Amino acid sequence: MTFGDDKKYERLLEAYGNGDISRRQLMGFLTVAAAAVGVVGGPFGKLTRDALAAVEQVRFDGWGGIVSEAFRNNAFPAFTEKTGVKVVEGEFGDTEEFLALVKAAQPGEYNTFLVSGAYDYYRFYKPGLAAPLNEANMPNLQLLLPATLEAFRKESEGKLYAVPFDYGTTGIAYNRKYISDDEAKAGAKILWDEKYKGKMALYDSFQTRAWMGSLYTGQDPQGVTDQAAMWDACRTQRDLVVKYWTSGQEFIDLMSKEEVILSDGWSGRVAYLQQNGHDIGFIDTKDAGFAWLEGLMVLAGSPMNECEQLINLCIEPKISIAIAEGQNYPPSLDPNKVELSEKVKSLPGFDPTGKFENFVWESAQYWFTNQDAYKKQWERISKGA
Amino acid sequence: MNRQNARAYALLSPALGSLALFLVAPVLFIAVYSFWIRTAEGLDIPAFQFGNWIAVATDYYYWLGLWGSFKLALVTTMACAAVGYPTAYFLARIRFSNKALLLFLLFLPFWISYIIRTMAWISVLGRTGAVNTALISLGIIDEPLKMLYNDFSVIMGLVYFLLPYMIINVYVSLDGIDRNLEASARTLGCSAWQTFREVTLPLSLPGLGAGCMLCFVLAAGSYVTPRLLGGPDTLFFPDLIYEAIISQLDWPTGAVLSVILLLSLGLLVGVYNRFMSLSDIYRSFAR
Repeated sequence: MTFGDDKKYERLLEAYGNGDISRRQLMGFLTVAAAAVGVVGGPFGKLTRDALAAVEQVRFDGWGGIVSEAFRNNAFPAFTEKTGVKVVEGEFGDTEEFLALVKAAQPGEYNTFLVSGAYDYYRFYKPGLAAPLNEANMPNLQLLLPATLEAFRKESEGKLYAVPFDYGTTGIAYNRKYISDDEAKAGAKILWDEKYKGKMALYDSFQTRAWMGSLYTGQDPQGVTDQAAMWDACRTQRDLVVKYWTSGQEFIDLMSKEEVILSDGWSGRVAYLQQNGHDIGFIDTKDAGFAWLEGLMVLAGSPMNECEQLINLCIEPKISIAIAEGQNYPPSLDPNKVELSEKVKSLPGFDPTGKFENFVWESAQYWFTNQDAYKKQWERISKGA
Repeated sequence: MNRQNARAYALLSPALGSLALFLVAPVLFIAVYSFWIRTAEGLDIPAFQFGNWIAVATDYYYWLGLWGSFKLALVTTMACAAVGYPTAYFLARIRFSNKALLLFLLFLPFWISYIIRTMAWISVLGRTGAVNTALISLGIIDEPLKMLYNDFSVIMGLVYFLLPYMIINVYVSLDGIDRNLEASARTLGCSAWQTFREVTLPLSLPGLGAGCMLCFVLAAGSYVTPRLLGGPDTLFFPDLIYEAIISQLDWPTGAVLSVILLLSLGLLVGVYNRFMSLSDIYRSFAR
């Protein structure tokens, strides 16, 4: 038996449980380890901390609502059954909120979470908040779409800091009782139609607002040359808006109660509305929105083995498909290697080719570079300043 | 220090320790943070400089936010006073054997989560909410009224939340008035209205003042209600603090804004204490 790996404490316990060592010997090992820390500290400190801190639980943070429910119902019980490690759940309204929590926390306080898009991936990777993953510990990675793995790897110098889990789109959702599919083909421009003044809500996100504003002003959303025009468009649009929503649940609430009949929204949440009998149309073409990739990221200081085991289980086809059906976002599984369910194939935003040729992905570098200026500008515009 | 004092301090030490640890220390930490520097990479570096303070002080946007917050808090306080005073008067004067039951009912909504109570207003004031549905069914209006996601809905939500604080303060004040004074005024020829105006109202002013002060401070610092019920035109200072700290991850600026709000409301409490007395508030909660 060595003290040189992460599982030393479990092994000790196992040996004690099997009768290989006595209780006195077990206590002796732990006492020696503790004394070593007291006398030497340094390298022994880590060993002993590891030895004393058996992993009993890992924390998982998600978007709450139907997304967290899908993980809770499909992945976590299987993981606990397999490993004996409990999954403690948390939820956040948006990535900003979660990033602030992680920044204020001690390493290891938060473990695994659902990272939304390459831009958010980069925001955790760049300041060193995320931990690199050991791909050898996750054999199910081979079942994922290579394009999705590459999308994350290229943002972090070839190493993987999150496992692609699903993908979705931001587009325009509209109530078909009042707005026809033909009318919605106007794309982002419909969000400036005076006809919908007081009947429209929009996502309170600097990125989505800047994206739609640049589409409206005929610019490349990730290469804006006339920022003033883009923000002017957002300023004009503000007068038409009833509410800038901040969570998917709020979006569902606004659309289902017909507080608004038009809004930008996320494909998964639109699918949820459709499944619940609301006649909501959705358009996510290049002139109406963009696509993003969600991943399972592990934060620095977390118990890596356990987190990687959890992630590997989450991307097991049976579980991944069940979660996809629950949260309404297509999984990152390769349709050429895994048979996907009919329900998954019918989800909004699903790409049967797996090549994503019709998608516009967000560029992490562009948004990271512009985030401070854009956020400040958008927050002022949203408040009427 | 004599023995009696030492014993008093010993008994107070858990409370004083908790206050120091959970209130004074975090506030001091926030104050210290306001002098730190936020780098372009988003890192906060310990420093002592006034850059954040100058940036906030010279930015009209933040003062507009503070004014917006105080304006809504003032309207809310006035609405609470207008609705709360008659209710408190009724409670203080009613001849009812089980008055405690009425006071209990007053605080019954507190058993439900504040967020749930606030969210409930969406179902009441929304386009398809209870009020619009009733008005349309009765043929009074054809199109739903826009009552949600604006200053009106924020004020409604805040009044609903703060009204019990106003009522209990005024009630305690009214209940403490010697009824013989009102009877004497009537005997001396005052009408009922004159008696109220010349005797009851002036004597209940400390309670009304305490209620107003409490409602104003709580409304101005409120965050959840404006966030849930406010619309694009609702500018609330606590929301700016949230955005600085959470959205922009600019903690030093957020710390400056927090200290400004704390000082502004602290100043208000200080002025109130100078002219009225905080003891009226303590009295309400001591009952």
